[in-house]
Amino acid sequence: MTAALTILATDPTGLAAPARQLGRWRRLPLKAKAGVVLFGVFVLAAIFGPILEPYNPSYQNPNQALSIAPPSAAHLLGTTQAGEDVLSQVLTGIRLTLELGLAVGLIATFLSVLVGVSGAYLGGLWDDGLSLLSNVFLVIPALPLLIVLLGYLPRTGQTATILVLAGLGWPWGARVIRAQTLAIRGRDFVAASRETGESGWRIIAFEIVPNQVSLIAANFVNTVLYAIGASVALAFIGVTNTANWSLGTILYWAQSQQALSQGAWWWFVPPGLIVALMGLALVLLNSGIDELGNPRLRDANQRAKVNGRRLRPSDPTPVLHATPAPRPTAVTAFMRSFSRSAYLADRAASRDGATRVGAPKPSRGQR
Amino acid sequence: MPFIIRRVAFYVVAAWVALTVNFFLPRAMPGNAVESIMSKFPNLQASTYHALEAMLGVGHPGSLWSQYLSYLNDVVHLNFGISVSSYPASVSSLLIQTIPWTLILVGTATVIAFFLGTFLGIFAGWRNGGWLDRALPGLMFVQAIPYFFLALVLLWLLAVKVLHIFPIGQGYAGGTGLVPGWTWAFISSAIWHSVLPAFTIVITSVAGWMLQMRNVMITTIGEDYVLAGQAKGLSNRRVIFNYAARNAFLPQLQGFGMALGFVVSGAIVMEIVFSYPGIGLLLLSAVTSNDYPLTQAIFLVITFAVLLANLIVDLVIVAVDPRVRTREAA
Amino acid sequence: MTTDLGSHVPALGESGGRGRFSGEPVLSIRDLSIAYRTLAGDVRAVDRVSLDLHAGEVVGLVGESGSGKSTLAYGATRLLRAPAVITGGSVRYQGARMDNPTDLLELSADQLMSLRWREIAIVFQSAMNALNPVLSIRDQLTDVIRAHLPVSRQEATDKAAELLDLVAIPRSRLRAYPHELSGGMRQRVMIAMALATDPEVVIMDEPTTALDVVVQREILGQILELRERLNFAILFITHDLSLLLELADRIAVMYAGQLMEIGTAAEIHHEPSHPYTKRLLRSFPSLRGPRRDLTGIPGTPPDLLDPPPGCPFLPRCTEGTDACKEIEVLLAKVRTSADPSHVTACPFVLPDDPAGGDGDRLPAGAGSVSSAVSPAVTPLPTPAGTTEVTS
Repeated sequence: MTAALTILATDPTGLAAPARQLGRWRRLPLKAKAGVVLFGVFVLAAIFGPILEPYNPSYQNPNQALSIAPPSAAHLLGTTQAGEDVLSQVLTGIRLTLELGLAVGLIATFLSVLVGVSGAYLGGLWDDGLSLLSNVFLVIPALPLLIVLLGYLPRTGQTATILVLAGLGWPWGARVIRAQTLAIRGRDFVAASRETGESGWRIIAFEIVPNQVSLIAANFVNTVLYAIGASVALAFIGVTNTANWSLGTILYWAQSQQALSQGAWWWFVPPGLIVALMGLALVLLNSGIDELGNPRLRDANQRAKVNGRRLRPSDPTPVLHATPAPRPTAVTAFMRSFSRSAYLADRAASRDGATRVGAPKPSRGQR
Repeated sequence: MPFIIRRVAFYVVAAWVALTVNFFLPRAMPGNAVESIMSKFPNLQASTYHALEAMLGVGHPGSLWSQYLSYLNDVVHLNFGISVSSYPASVSSLLIQTIPWTLILVGTATVIAFFLGTFLGIFAGWRNGGWLDRALPGLMFVQAIPYFFLALVLLWLLAVKVLHIFPIGQGYAGGTGLVPGWTWAFISSAIWHSVLPAFTIVITSVAGWMLQMRNVMITTIGEDYVLAGQAKGLSNRRVIFNYAARNAFLPQLQGFGMALGFVVSGAIVMEIVFSYPGIGLLLLSAVTSNDYPLTQAIFLVITFAVLLANLIVDLVIVAVDPRVRTREAA
Repeated sequence: MTTDLGSHVPALGESGGRGRFSGEPVLSIRDLSIAYRTLAGDVRAVDRVSLDLHAGEVVGLVGESGSGKSTLAYGATRLLRAPAVITGGSVRYQGARMDNPTDLLELSADQLMSLRWREIAIVFQSAMNALNPVLSIRDQLTDVIRAHLPVSRQEATDKAAELLDLVAIPRSRLRAYPHELSGGMRQRVMIAMALATDPEVVIMDEPTTALDVVVQREILGQILELRERLNFAILFITHDLSLLLELADRIAVMYAGQLMEIGTAAEIHHEPSHPYTKRLLRSFPSLRGPRRDLTGIPGTPPDLLDPPPGCPFLPRCTEGTDACKEIEVLLAKVRTSADPSHVTACPFVLPDDPAGGDGDRLPAGAGSVSSAVSPAVTPLPTPAGTTEVTS
């Protein structure tokens, strides 16, 4: 159903002039903003992590007192069984995991667009074949297949993992993008381009794909989420290279060296928490994109409040004899120019004349 | 083509793809898998060597086609070969021991989480912006936690360190001489041991179902037939359940089928943390000991289980959506 | 605007041309104002509208999209969801089954629940969307019957079967689901459903717009026939004035959330008084009348978030004057009409003016109001907008 919802995300996210960029940012749903900020923190950690690392993550301090030592000034997140610094491992882990997630996201999204758009555009047997392929790989559980695949690969470094994850990560996106392409293909402006004799691939590159930017963005975010989740799980099982300090690998060593029964929470809580927070950032981003594309989700929330009272859909239309319609005066208009919510409303209103004259979407209005 | 027959045909194709991938993988991979297995397990007999060769396609015993046919024949007869790590146990016997544990735990917990999440989603969608909605960021966070990590934290909090309420792991109190069987002592012990794993599955997956249902509900509430239900003067309960939720449930069900593979995979990894004697733990031991026959069989079993569950979901869809039913009859 | 319109204007149609619909109206909307409360301010979708509906009467409510006609109907029954709010007025309902009139705007949610459909039913625009796709026709008919009438399941099913007889649908279709019926059948099911609990008022929101002309005719005929038999009142909402001319007893013309003119179908047809009504009449071909050029109405309705003062139709009106910028939109009796219930919001234009005549445009800024135009209606609006209505 995320599919069904994101299909509604049609508004093309054109390139914004720098002056309008602030406006765009202000208009973003709060969830999306929180997601951007949180994700940004991790990106910064990934970039500057190696500089900030106090130790080499693989350095095993021979000092017996530093085997499974709780957090201290020297080791902010404590040490592992082998005397390695957890903070350094986590910083490296953020970098590796994020790198992997973004790389898989890019490759898989590219494949999704390729398969989805060409299937929908070529039609016929091509479409049937590609659809069947996506649906089959969608229904086969990915993780066990990944385990089998990686188990047979002789070297399971970062690159191999990225390729295998990307190779299995495209079907969902392909399916959604195919549906959207079919919808766009029927629209007037595509027909117009075809009439003017533009080539098929030109139409795809300049008419169809730009109209799916928000859908592709949502798909990218989803795929990164899948890649991080799957790679951490795979590393935790120990199928990927266990000498490589990804977040999952830290958890693998913590689990296999009994961090839990020794009560070494500092060993497994930080990496797990960071995976969860990365996931949260992506989920927030995604629901933000969802709301941008589906006004019903966004507006239903804002509009359900009348005079500070939250209304349920079952409540009868409220009668407010006492509060006449507030008419904006020159003074209130001036004051409003400072208000963020009023700014948003004005932007919304000037963007879409229909919302002012006609009835807002979720309620029953004039036709 | 009627809906169900079309779906069954699709699942057959999907199963065939899984089988074929499973067959060709070891043959397409570089290196000699059999040699590496034999070097790891010196106690294996020479006969096993040949069985492995046949299974993994090393040493070219017969043409690829005849290998493929005998492979399919073996799968149909549930003959997955001999486990190399638990030699000389057959893979099938290992699977039979572990499948019930996983099926009961993951199946029950997933169904509970789905219905609980759907139910919460109905109210979150209806009371859009209410307290359930304000809890959304928290729920999203929970949803983003990997199953196995939540399992670690829960174990640490409730079994190991902070509170000692729950058992640390295992499927039942094995150390006390308890023998699996239809005895109350065993069953109660098994249930007690499954509480924390089940709780982990429910907690991490309920938020996803809830969010999904909430979003569909919000879209559905805007439909005319919900307004018509209200105009008819029906009770709120009837409007919410028979008009809004019943329609919103259809896409929710389809989403359930789609997400099943992910949920099951996550739950299986979680078993490792709890040392739960299910198929996930078996998978871990198979992977760590390079027991390829066992790994592959587990992959097939999980895939078939997910396909079967999807078929059941389709049957439920036919039962609750009259539009699909009509297409069925047509 | 301080005057209470409801107390000044005699109940519309009370002493009106057709004696058949005299007496207390079954539904009486007075000064109803409805707004959509947005962050940018209130969008005043319905502005001080007064309208009466007598037992057995068909009142047509016509206007272009966005004029507020649906908002009026759904707001009066308090079915609009947030951010809609009712900002004033009253909706009095006086059914034969009730001892005292009730104001719908003062009822609690539970009271409304028992009144809805039992007294006021609605036929939605698109039956495809208004019928629940996962419930059978029988379930959708019986649930409303059982919600309002003390009957057993079996009795409710029998009643549902009778309802299908009423709209000439075979009883076997009780077990069908909405998607298995044709468009016309679905709309007839919707009508049968509206009559399930014998309501006194049926609101029909463009019930035939989605249907082809032949089916449309059939269904309209059926509606009128049922009205004769069961004597319920109909508020018929449409953008198709030609349809109302044949169907309605009285017609109310709505523009930009306000009523522009109310009169009997004959009066609206033959002596329209408001320029907007005239333009509407010219925008469709007449079946029997002489051939004439069809003209649309150029321009767009005003922004209801911050409507300019004066007549809302002024920017699109070919007969407008500067005085129109200052009038208060009020319904007053058309001076030349013998029927006191024929009211218009335009104080300047006489019914017998050449409709929409381009040559008649008054010179801009021509003197004072009173000297420049001959008032067509009894009350003479002063720039301040206070109006005296003679009754």
